[in-house]
Amino acid sequence: MAASLEILSWFCFLVGGGLCITGGVGVLRFPDFFTRVHAASVTETLATPLLLIGLMLQLDNWLDLVKALYVLLFVLITGPTAAHALAKGALHHGSKPVLSGDPKLQTGDSESNNREDESSNS
Amino acid sequence: MDRYYAYILLILGVFWLLLSGHYTPLLLSLGGGSVAVVVWFMWRIDRIDGEPFVIHVTLRVIGYSFWLFKEVVKANIDVASRIWDPNMPLAPVWVRLDTTVSTPLEKTTYANSITLTPGTLTTDVEDDHFMVHSLSEEGIEDLRRGEMERRVRKLGI
Repeated sequence: MAASLEILSWFCFLVGGGLCITGGVGVLRFPDFFTRVHAASVTETLATPLLLIGLMLQLDNWLDLVKALYVLLFVLITGPTAAHALAKGALHHGSKPVLSGDPKLQTGDSESNNREDESSNS
Repeated sequence: MDRYYAYILLILGVFWLLLSGHYTPLLLSLGGGSVAVVVWFMWRIDRIDGEPFVIHVTLRVIGYSFWLFKEVVKANIDVASRIWDPNMPLAPVWVRLDTTVSTPLEKTTYANSITLTPGTLTTDVEDDHFMVHSLSEEGIEDLRRGEMERRVRKLGI
């Protein structure tokens, strides 16, 4: 029983950690602000819950488990609100999403895209 | 209205008990006092704000959460595969999504559910439509098929 909980918990940690890295790589690779928000939401919607679930499986005291549940709930409720506020703020600022068919998407050379993006935003 | 404050009092009381874990008379009375002060503040603020909303956690809401979590996992796998794909197959679209959800709570739930799902992002909420940014055309087509909207409307909030 204890061993299977341990395995399940570490499975959650490893997948959650891998998804955190995935989100980070996505933020670096994706071409513009709006697509990067999607990449970042991988970290917030699945990686964080998996890490917290892995943590819950390690806890002995059920009150601590409830606290971890609270954290999970608040992350999931406030996450989309923050993402929405970010996107709306970017639109107000005047940045336009890069859409399908834009040559920026075809290059795959994210380094030059990043620089271009920064200069157009500043 | 009195039932509303009784409900808040109960929820905050349970919340405090679960957070604290120390059940000595002194701490219990401090907790009770702080709950009472918060409810008093809320009562004062509601006289100005006027429109308190309460989401009752019913079986339907729990069922919806599980369905949404399943969708979130599917969408995460899709976005993660796009991130690691060497060709990075992105075809972002930013389009108008017509919607028939009417009450403010339904709209909030629907817009937040769209945003919570990676690959789709609500940027604007208007009376009869949302503006949605999606990583691909398929994400928008899924939303247009309206399963999520139907489920939100069935929540009855």
